[in-house]
Amino acid sequence: MSEKPVLYYFNARGKMETIRWLLTVAEVDFDEVFLTSRDQYLKLLENGDLLFQQVPMVEIDGMKLVQTRAILNYIAEKYNLHGKDLKDRAMIDMYSEGVKDLNEMIIMLIMSPDPKAKLEEIEKKAKERYLPVFEKALTGPVYLVGGKLSCADVYLLECTLMLEEKFAGILKDFGNVKSFQGRMLQIPAVNRFLLPGSKRKLPLDQKTLALAKEVFNLKF
Amino acid sequence: MCDKPVLYYFNGRGRMESVRWLLTAAKVQFDEVLLTTRDQYLKLLDSGDLMFQQVPMVEIDGMKLVQTRAILNYIAEKYSLQGKDLKDRAMVKMYSEGVMDLNEMIMMLPWIPDPKAKLEEIEKKANERYLPVFEKALTGPVFLVGGKLSCADVYLLECTLMLEEKFAGILADFPNLKSFQGRMLQNDAIKEFVKPGSQRKPQPDDVYVKTVLEIFNMKT
Repeated sequence: MSEKPVLYYFNARGKMETIRWLLTVAEVDFDEVFLTSRDQYLKLLENGDLLFQQVPMVEIDGMKLVQTRAILNYIAEKYNLHGKDLKDRAMIDMYSEGVKDLNEMIIMLIMSPDPKAKLEEIEKKAKERYLPVFEKALTGPVYLVGGKLSCADVYLLECTLMLEEKFAGILKDFGNVKSFQGRMLQIPAVNRFLLPGSKRKLPLDQKTLALAKEVFNLKF
Repeated sequence: MCDKPVLYYFNGRGRMESVRWLLTAAKVQFDEVLLTTRDQYLKLLDSGDLMFQQVPMVEIDGMKLVQTRAILNYIAEKYSLQGKDLKDRAMVKMYSEGVMDLNEMIMMLPWIPDPKAKLEEIEKKANERYLPVFEKALTGPVFLVGGKLSCADVYLLECTLMLEEKFAGILADFPNLKSFQGRMLQNDAIKEFVKPGSQRKPQPDDVYVKTVLEIFNMKT
């Protein structure tokens, strides 16, 4: 009997969104428990459900997995999205970690004291450091690594969509990445995920940030 | 013919130190190219050897690997230090990522103008969030996961030593951890690594900070 994974997080993108994307592309249905109060969080803590007192947490296959990368690695390996051998995995990890650095900057925007300057930095880094790498890698190949879909492709897709939300024409000079995006969007599960009413979330907003401060009893 | 891996980084711990530790525990000898001037760094950038224009970079098995986790994952898998099956790998990754979060806080210390508050935060988090988890995991077991040495054990050892450099008696309330540390230090390769004159790097000092800032053409 296979139960659906259950995702514990706020009702927002944050660090959980990439996990939602990966499960979606792996065609794995999941349920969600949204954090809405400090009491609820304290109960999770008391139950010993959060190994390092943090979310994301995903209940999957009898485990309560925490740490975003641990969760993503487990899903990628379980559903054959992490490369066919050691060398492919090295390439996937390199591309994935680069994308994650960029995604992290976007996620953390809301916490920035000077969002305008941060936005400029993100745009510059995207155009000079990251997008050229993927543009080159996708000159010919349909997928980033080894001729087959991997988690790196999923993370890159997510990233390009988030970048376009902030900088509308940013893929103009990156024709291969734009085509790649188009191909990925043809995947039925991806297509469904982008329709209204799906489990795709909205970016962290001030309201959710205030809730997070309350839940974790943080002062900043 | 097996060439030694070559590590490209500054002459200090930073993000490369965990890689040095892991190669050591895997009994893999390595060479290092230590970046000490801006010119040297610019030459490396121009060579196109740094995928995202960043170090650490490790030349290994014909690849120029970047991104710390990609490098660590490759070494861990190649030398069978990442867990024997999917579930063990999930545990190894969870523990590893937790330790890396703590190591990251310590790593950032030299870059903070007023480290006193950060030091207090690190001590608190170590005592309340991280060390209790490992204390519990090591109640009985010799290693963290699956009864055998994994990269998680290596990162944890590194972390406990760095914590003791900052907070001398911090393991006083964590006897399982102290015993674990003792056992790990019996390992021949590790024993050599913690002796003076090894490739282990010293704690960051003003000279290190100054050198790195010069290399990146940044002002203090």
